[in-house]
Amino acid sequence: MIPPSAFFAVAVVLFVLGVLAFFVKKDLLTQFMSVEVMLNAGNLAFLALAKSLGKAEGQVIVLFVITVAAAEAVIGLAIIVLVFRQRKTIQTDELKDLKG
Amino acid sequence: MAWTVFFILSFLCIGSVAAMILSRNQAHNALFLVLSFSSLGGLFGLLDAPFAAAVQVLVYAGAIMVLFLFAIMMFNLRGELPVRVKKARLALTAGLGMFLLAELFLAGRKLVLGGAGVAPAAGGDTARLGHFLFSDYLYAFEITSLLILAALVGALALAGRKEGA
Amino acid sequence: MAELFWLIPLIPGGSSLLLVLFGTKLSRRWVAWQASSAVFLSLLLSAAAFVHLIRLPPGAPGLSKTLLAWISSGHFVSPITFAFDQLTAVMALVITGVGLLIHVYSTAYMSEDRSYARYFAHLNLFTFFMLVLVMASNLVLMFVGWEGVGLCSYLLIGFWFDRPAAAKAGMKAFVVNRVGDAAFIIGILFLLVQVGGSGFAAINQAAATGLLPSGLATLAAILLFVGATGKSAQIPLYIWLPDAMEGPTPVSALIHAATMVTAGVYMVCRLSGLYAASVPASTVVAWIGAATAIFAATMALVQNDIKKVLAYSTISQIGYMFIGCGVGAYAAGMFHLVTHAFFKSLLFLAAGSVIHALSGEQDMRRMGGLKKHLPVTFPVFLVGALAISGVPFLSGFFSKDAILTSAFAGGHYVLYGLGLLGAVMTAFYMFRLVYLTFYGEERMTPQAGHHIHESPRAMTIPLVFLAAFSILAGYVGLPVLFGGKADLFGRFMEGSVKTVTHHLAVSTEGLLVVLATAASLLGIALAFLFYRRTPALPGRLASLFPGIYRLLVGKYYIDEVYDAVAVRPLIRGAEMVYERFDLKVIDGALNGSAAAAGLAGKGLNFLQSGLVRDYALAFLIGAIIFLGFLLL
Repeated sequence: MIPPSAFFAVAVVLFVLGVLAFFVKKDLLTQFMSVEVMLNAGNLAFLALAKSLGKAEGQVIVLFVITVAAAEAVIGLAIIVLVFRQRKTIQTDELKDLKG
Repeated sequence: MAWTVFFILSFLCIGSVAAMILSRNQAHNALFLVLSFSSLGGLFGLLDAPFAAAVQVLVYAGAIMVLFLFAIMMFNLRGELPVRVKKARLALTAGLGMFLLAELFLAGRKLVLGGAGVAPAAGGDTARLGHFLFSDYLYAFEITSLLILAALVGALALAGRKEGA
Repeated sequence: MAELFWLIPLIPGGSSLLLVLFGTKLSRRWVAWQASSAVFLSLLLSAAAFVHLIRLPPGAPGLSKTLLAWISSGHFVSPITFAFDQLTAVMALVITGVGLLIHVYSTAYMSEDRSYARYFAHLNLFTFFMLVLVMASNLVLMFVGWEGVGLCSYLLIGFWFDRPAAAKAGMKAFVVNRVGDAAFIIGILFLLVQVGGSGFAAINQAAATGLLPSGLATLAAILLFVGATGKSAQIPLYIWLPDAMEGPTPVSALIHAATMVTAGVYMVCRLSGLYAASVPASTVVAWIGAATAIFAATMALVQNDIKKVLAYSTISQIGYMFIGCGVGAYAAGMFHLVTHAFFKSLLFLAAGSVIHALSGEQDMRRMGGLKKHLPVTFPVFLVGALAISGVPFLSGFFSKDAILTSAFAGGHYVLYGLGLLGAVMTAFYMFRLVYLTFYGEERMTPQAGHHIHESPRAMTIPLVFLAAFSILAGYVGLPVLFGGKADLFGRFMEGSVKTVTHHLAVSTEGLLVVLATAASLLGIALAFLFYRRTPALPGRLASLFPGIYRLLVGKYYIDEVYDAVAVRPLIRGAEMVYERFDLKVIDGALNGSAAAAGLAGKGLNFLQSGLVRDYALAFLIGAIIFLGFLLL
């Protein structure tokens, strides 16, 4: 069988890629998407752990994570829509009020 | 055989995320992620978690990303703006990313010791999952449904208002 | 009553404090009465203590009282202890007696000055410190008084501080004194370390018994004496005294004639054991005294300001006192101190009277013929001049004779010769002053001469008292010539200072007396010749020896030398330190820390840029660090 560590490696790489995507992208929407990527990487890691320890709790957690992620995505998108309505832009560079 | 599938799926998953980073078109980004999440679902299956795999494809790839696509279509952004990332910042981020990578590898090394893993107990994976959900994690389960309701109402309240009148 | 002797310094001190706090709100009459009464009370107490001392059997200790333990640190113990022995008695009587007369004189002299209360506050303060100085039982407490009188001297010289000359003179006095005090302090420290305390009895004892090795005794004695040259205006630190004449004339009389400048002589006498144990130190004292006596007298010969003549005369006379101390005749030195206090303050106050009469004129070339205008001032001035010149039967004769005789008897013939020469010069310049001021044609300017008047009673009565003392004071110290029991003063002083006794044949003593008289008469005659008989003579001499004349008038250019060698480099050095260190380092540090704060603020600015991206970066870094901690 495929050792869980391989899956874990994939999860780690996925997470770091998600982080990079967050920093490289400039619009709010894509940054939000990269957050989803990070969440998924976390899910993968959980499952790898569940497999390696033989406990099914890992899958339960994954289920919950997916559910919460869905709820979060809904709210997040609603907020982004509001921001877009007000500022007419979702470029993060332009979404700042501080003069620092 | 399993290794081949694993590599293909992993490649797809990571590759599409990489492609997402490189692409500048928002719709493309979203679609790449759909691909990524789907292959992730496959990976879930390889990990003896069929229910999770199914939920992943249904909810994540199928619902959440579609929501994103709706949002993209609503914003109707034309083209993309030039990327103005400073070289220094890029280098810094890349460096930090490498660092994080290393750290996480180190962290995981102890936990996931490359063992073959334990085979799941008999009785079916999904049945066991259900058993957990409705006994040990019942409380969390119910809260989650409330959460979804709250998210629904909240989204409506936030974005349901029309501009102007 | 005598047990209350410790109040003697404190009464004027208290009066001074009251005047400082409330003086401007009090009437002038009140201020005058309060200040003078304070000194008068101290005088009474001093007299009571003096009487007590006279009645004591010989060998009995004097009065002593400790007020406060003050410094008590391991072996170094320095209590505030006042002592009253014969030496202190003499000084205290002079300080309070002459001080009282001068206070009274000042009430009239300063009556039109706008800072009346401040003047008397300072004068009382000076009296306080001077009394602390003479009543202290250890060097550290004496040094407190020493510094205090220096401070008051500065305050009083620069009393009219809005006059630049006065302000500068005050500074000069203080700074020059400070130089001397530095040596003084080092001397004290040596004694402290070696003797283990700074009490006078302890030091004199240690020097006598050999606990204090003679090399160290010499070193300490010389260091202390350097301090004395500053305070008592001897070579090399005398330069401040002539400039100090910028202060009010009563101040010159009290501080720069009778009391403060004699503090050095007092110190040497108080530590007579130390100086007696060290021949090199005593030699230094005597020779510096002699050199100063001659040196200052030469400068007095050509001064035109009446007060400056008296100033140089003071320097010269104190030199005599040190000659006395240096040859071991401490009682003789003190004797001259007392008589000098009387006639020198008389001369200064009388000069003040003259200046007052001439509405401020001080240049003798613009005086003359005042004999008929000042019926009280002239006779008393004459008495003072005769006394200082050593004319027989006045006090100065006896005291100067005592010193010169001791010098001769001790075998110091050169010192004796120098002293004799100085006596001639003293008589000469004093009578030059008298002739120029009181005799001859009137050379004053119209505005000076339009209102020549005798001074008010408050000024003339003290003059009369001082004149009386100048005549009579000599009789307490008659030389052995008149009978062995006659030297009351010397025998009184034996209670506190070791005096070398000399034994000369009566005929030798008689010869010395004749020589001294001849010296003074010669000086007077020469002055008569120069300034009455042939008034053109001084001018002719000056043109014959222009170099010497210029040298004397220019005060040997010592001030200029000191300025170039010491003062300018010091100021340059201070400026350099200011530029290099004060401005750059200290101000730089201050400005730098302000700039650093600003930079830090700017640097931390990015944390609040408003960009989500930057905040996320901070998150990431934080997460990495946190993970790192967990891993390790």
